[in-house]
Amino acid sequence: MVSTSIPLTPVKLTAKDFKSDQEVRWCPGCGDYAILAAVQQFMPELGIARQNTVFVSGIGCSSRFPYYMNTYGMHSIHGRAPAIATGLSASRPDLSVWVVTGDGDALSIGGNHLIHALRRNVNLKILLFNNRIYGLTKGQYSPTSELGKITKSTPAGSADSPFNPLSLALGAEATFVARTIDSDRKHLQSVLRAAAQHEGSAFVEIYQNCNIFNDGAFEVLKDPDTRDDHLIRLEQGQPITFGAQGQYSVVHPAGAFGLSVRESAELGGETPVVHDATVDDPAYAFALSRLSGSDLGTTPIGVFRNVARPSYDELIQKQLEDAKAQVTGTPDEMLSELLNAGDTWTIL
Amino acid sequence: MGAPAKRVEQLDRVVIRFAGDSGDGMQLTGDRFTSETAQLGNDISTLPNFPAEIRAPAGTLPGVSSFQVHFADYDILTPGDSPNVLVAMNPAALKANLGDLPPGADIIVNTDEFTRRNLAKVGYAVSPLEDGSLDGYALHPVALTSMTIGALAELGVAKKDAERAKNMFALGLLSWMYSRPFASTIRFLERKFAKRPDLVAANKAAFQAGWNFGETTEDFSVRYEVKPAKMRPGTYRNITGNAALALGLVAAGVRAKLPVFLGAYPITPASDILHELSKHKRFGITTMQAEDEIAAIGAALGAAYGGALGVTTTSGPGVALKGETISLAIALELPLVIIDVQRAGPSTGMPTKTEQADLNMALYGRHGEAPLAVIAPKSPSDCFHAAIEAARIALKYRTPVILLSDNYVANGSEPWLLPDINDLPDISVAYTTEPNGEDGRFLPYLRDPQTMARPWAIPGTPGLEHRIGGLEKADKTGDISYDPANHEFMVRTRAERIESIPVPDIDIEDPDENSRVLVLGWGSTYGPIGAACRALRQRGLPIAQAHLRHLAPLPGNLGEILHAYDKVVIPEMNLGQLAHVIRARYLIDAVPFNQVSGLPFTAATLENMLEDVVKNG
Repeated sequence: MVSTSIPLTPVKLTAKDFKSDQEVRWCPGCGDYAILAAVQQFMPELGIARQNTVFVSGIGCSSRFPYYMNTYGMHSIHGRAPAIATGLSASRPDLSVWVVTGDGDALSIGGNHLIHALRRNVNLKILLFNNRIYGLTKGQYSPTSELGKITKSTPAGSADSPFNPLSLALGAEATFVARTIDSDRKHLQSVLRAAAQHEGSAFVEIYQNCNIFNDGAFEVLKDPDTRDDHLIRLEQGQPITFGAQGQYSVVHPAGAFGLSVRESAELGGETPVVHDATVDDPAYAFALSRLSGSDLGTTPIGVFRNVARPSYDELIQKQLEDAKAQVTGTPDEMLSELLNAGDTWTIL
Repeated sequence: MGAPAKRVEQLDRVVIRFAGDSGDGMQLTGDRFTSETAQLGNDISTLPNFPAEIRAPAGTLPGVSSFQVHFADYDILTPGDSPNVLVAMNPAALKANLGDLPPGADIIVNTDEFTRRNLAKVGYAVSPLEDGSLDGYALHPVALTSMTIGALAELGVAKKDAERAKNMFALGLLSWMYSRPFASTIRFLERKFAKRPDLVAANKAAFQAGWNFGETTEDFSVRYEVKPAKMRPGTYRNITGNAALALGLVAAGVRAKLPVFLGAYPITPASDILHELSKHKRFGITTMQAEDEIAAIGAALGAAYGGALGVTTTSGPGVALKGETISLAIALELPLVIIDVQRAGPSTGMPTKTEQADLNMALYGRHGEAPLAVIAPKSPSDCFHAAIEAARIALKYRTPVILLSDNYVANGSEPWLLPDINDLPDISVAYTTEPNGEDGRFLPYLRDPQTMARPWAIPGTPGLEHRIGGLEKADKTGDISYDPANHEFMVRTRAERIESIPVPDIDIEDPDENSRVLVLGWGSTYGPIGAACRALRQRGLPIAQAHLRHLAPLPGNLGEILHAYDKVVIPEMNLGQLAHVIRARYLIDAVPFNQVSGLPFTAATLENMLEDVVKNG
């Protein structure tokens, strides 16, 4: 159920309806193609008219996204899409507003706007395409690149420790936090579905392969030979286990703050944690987010956190609604009254 | 409060400066005196002057806060150059302000604060009240604090609260001296302390004690009257520039029939506009206190994209941060109002002091060829109309508009002849709802032949789905384009569409009609320039005055006007930014006259300078 303030269309739309007439110009083999196709295929499911859908982006490869969607769209400036989208969303509750951003755009130059959009719980669906590299500027390390990353700007290896985007979002009081992968369309769409149905900010990190400057960054999670031992699929209400035969389990060791991975066969008295994204205390989702370091050793995907909190849009609209009780006449009459308020005097 | 038994003298004008420590309530005292004076029908102009520190160390020179009010029985243009009366609540206030007083001025001092310790804080070895250094003035030593405490003794208020009421004692005394009607002050106190009846009583009693003191003490032998000014008939209220700007934005929303969305980040001296607008949600106004200046304008631009009247309010440092988003708004060709209440820079500069040094930034402070419209109000009440004009241009011509106010007009006040709502322009524009191209296509950059504005097709409009962005756009279709000829065309078109916005011709004030010297100003210097010109004319020296409201584009008749005079003088509170534009554009040898002290020009400063130009060429 998407936000009730967004009108639905009775017209049955298809993926084709969401394709714009612009030629898509990402590099051949870029992970962005898969995400675009997945989004275009998914959008009709929402039942929202194209004219009520807006994609706002910043700068970077991912931020070309709006040009390819046959909806309303704005390709704005570096890092500022969440701020622009906030003004749009807060003033237009009838719109479904999506932000498309990348690791540099959202976490480096635009870090401030991202955390404040999440804190306010603006009704935005934020898709962060994380390829752990600057693509459009041709291959510098990004705020999610692993420590020691050798790039054009860091020939001796980067000395910056990376952000964990999900930990960051959770620290910023995000109410919906999820992760998915460009190559897994089914999973990607399931996460988008959950995000679209969330009232408030939905933050979705999408691991996206940059085959030019950081090829294979997520290969360990994609290669059939390795992925089962590294990828943890979170499913609501299900025990968190992974491995081809479920040979690994995520547990909460007694006395520990966080979560750990154990071989299922050696659990003893412990039981795997049963996933519940609706746990109000963000410590749980945060602990999940800490299972993966930049080596992607054990990486959960799916919805980490999904809790209800009034959206900024809702609160702003409520204030405007409440203020209508003070409406005493036509706008011109009210304006006249306002100008004449206070200590006035008349000269005849 | 009985009838005065003392001699009454008529004055045509008076300048009073209330000065004290930041915590002494001098702004409030000045404000109340101004309001009483407004009720009487005098013309008024005020100048608050306060430190950026909320509470600088008590009793020190940096902590002095003052409020000057000029009132007269004729129309006045400035808050006055030098006070006839100084109320000094402590030695620091005396020391900081003494230099501005003409010989013979009245000085009312609070003797209770002239302790050895307080004197030492500001470097007085001997009390100036006793060493004869004030012999040239009419000194009135008043034990303000102890008399206030004495007057409130029976009310049982805490000593601290009694002491704090001393500003009302001072107000009572000055209200008596100048025969001010005080009903509005009593009402104000009842409102302000509605939840503390004890404080209402204390402040009323302090006011009364001050009034009675004036009436009974022999030190004040004369009481003054300033008759109402002959002003245009109508209803007036006293208004500061920031308040007028906020009301202007409310009016702009009403007259545009659009919701207003203000994105703002707190910054001195612009924050009051945010505070004021946040009270008027019933007009469909949304105010958002953003996480930073960039987000503030970003949100305003997002709202404008969605069909609102988008506004952001700030001061110079904020405009610097907003530059990239302003450029985006120029590329997107969306309406946006950017209000810069200028303060002294660079960097943090002097946040509570005035300056006009953001003109270059407003005109040119962006990357690429990024023209927009710039306008500047000339006085506090003019801020109301300037806000509507900024919104009108933004909406009709689909462009960002920068409004350059400054600290002087923002915090200064004057009587405002309230407009009839029906006289305000209808600034509404229509959203585009139908395709404008062949075969039902929508061309987001197909321009209106008259205004050169592109369609404002807001999300939610079926059939007009389109994408806009900061990348160069092809003419008409708005598609991304790297075509060299298209870029050249678009750059020139963006320049032309701003340059061709029709703005009113500039008026010349030249009652003698034979002036050879023209003084050209812009923004808040209107008052002091006008006062200086009047003074010169009274002395038989002809001079013409013209004042720019529209700085981009400039009025079409400006070149002709400038060339009609032998000499053009341009006073500015910067190092000659407008003069530079005028010289470059009109190839005339304009004479800049500059002051960057953080204070407005005095009329006397300009009168001296202009006298020299008129006499000596």
